[in-house]
Amino acid sequence: MAGSIVEFDRVGLRYGTGAEVLRDLDFRLSEGGFYFLTGPSGAGKTSLLKLLYLAQRPTRGRMSLFGDELSHAARETLPDYRRRIGVVFQDFRLIRHLSAFDNVALPLRIAGLEEAAVEGPVREMLAWVGLADRASARPPTLSGGEQQRLAIARAVIARPELVIADEPTGNVDAAMAQRILHLLTAMNRLGTTVIVATHDLGLIAATPGAQLIRLENGVLVDPTGALKHPPGTPPRASEARP
Amino acid sequence: MNLLMMAEPEKRLIPSSGMRGPVPVLIGIMTFVMVVVAAAGLALANTATIVKNGVENRYSIQIADGEAKAPAAVAAARALPEAVRVEQVPPEALRRTLERWLGPAAAEADVPLPAIIDLDLKPSADASAVAKRIERAVPGARFMAHRSSLAPLLDALRGLTLLAFGLVLLIALASAAAVVLAARGALDTHRSTIEVMHGIGATDDQVARLFLRQIAVDALLGGIAGAAIAGLILAAILGGASFATSLAGSPPLGWGDATILALMPVAIALLATLVARVALMRALHERL
Repeated sequence: MAGSIVEFDRVGLRYGTGAEVLRDLDFRLSEGGFYFLTGPSGAGKTSLLKLLYLAQRPTRGRMSLFGDELSHAARETLPDYRRRIGVVFQDFRLIRHLSAFDNVALPLRIAGLEEAAVEGPVREMLAWVGLADRASARPPTLSGGEQQRLAIARAVIARPELVIADEPTGNVDAAMAQRILHLLTAMNRLGTTVIVATHDLGLIAATPGAQLIRLENGVLVDPTGALKHPPGTPPRASEARP
Repeated sequence: MNLLMMAEPEKRLIPSSGMRGPVPVLIGIMTFVMVVVAAAGLALANTATIVKNGVENRYSIQIADGEAKAPAAVAAARALPEAVRVEQVPPEALRRTLERWLGPAAAEADVPLPAIIDLDLKPSADASAVAKRIERAVPGARFMAHRSSLAPLLDALRGLTLLAFGLVLLIALASAAAVVLAARGALDTHRSTIEVMHGIGATDDQVARLFLRQIAVDALLGGIAGAAIAGLILAAILGGASFATSLAGSPPLGWGDATILALMPVAIALLATLVARVALMRALHERL
């Protein structure tokens, strides 16, 4: 039975003194699942992703990742959790002055691996995303699709338990989008939980078995209740009450 | 020190991650001023010590009616078991001194001259007891400690020494403030890289280390340059200052002082690194 890797309990988020951009988010995501996060622009997708990759804390409610409650976790503990998450940003956020090799190697070096242990996996990962011959190229010299694949390689190189991708096919053509989806589903088959924020209905349709998280105006729209009770997880005690 | 050791890939992460630009030059200038002011402070402290030691146990016996009572006073002083040296100042020397104020009139025989007897006592001597015995043996004699007449000079030297060390402290604080601004500026310059690193799971220590090495190197190089120039200037001044040495009886700066001055760039580099680390960690802590 798959446990929950993400658990939100009436989570709300506001920036400063503004109105809440996310309200009463209440859901669980199973380990090893593949999820699409959709919704119109301004619905709060990016804010939800920021909560998931620990760039923001919820302003109310409880948020657990990997079974640990992190809403009020000490700041010093967050790097360890972040190392278990791979993020593909919409704008890639590659480090411009580093080579493709160094960009992909960054998570391994931050995790403290010796240089001898970095070379092999990075070469393998670059080959996996089709960039073996661009190892020494700097991001500005790469095409949009190459940068996207490089960002994916960096996100998954450390074998994270959770991969979060924000519009990973937003800047590429249909063929490249299929290739990127293939990379993500391959990761998912290896046991990684994948969350993809996208507007691309074709991408969703091409991924059988994926579940949908839909946000509208900062509220989760989940008419089927599939996210509240993902397959294999019992209802929470609080929900069992009459 | 692991904090400052960096592998080549880490160095590539933040190119020119230190302060660069004008800050090493600023630290060089600050160090130059610090070394010069500290040298002046040490020289003043040494001079005060030399003067103080020179007069610590030196006293004078003054007798208004010099000619009549001087032999008795000299005899009484020589009889003291605490006396180390007893020497009457020759009347010619007194007249020469008076000539500075009175001109040639000082040489006239009818100008009354006091007798002055210089007396060095053992350090353990009880000066007030000695004074009583002298005054008893030679009524009208005045027993005076040289240190009391030099007290205003010693106070001024001590005050100037404190001022010099206070200035050194102020310059160090100004250098620290410049390093704080530079460290925060470096963080802002590399904000996007730091955000990516934090997002991937880098700790504040890992991020700060990228900057600290370069800051330490820059501060050390600036400090060494500033201290070297100050050292050359001080050597030129003090090297030819045999006059000062002959006055004081020893060079105004000793090897111990030179060592202190030579270590100042290292101290500046350590201060800069420490202050930069605190500033970086605080700035990083403002982010999630």
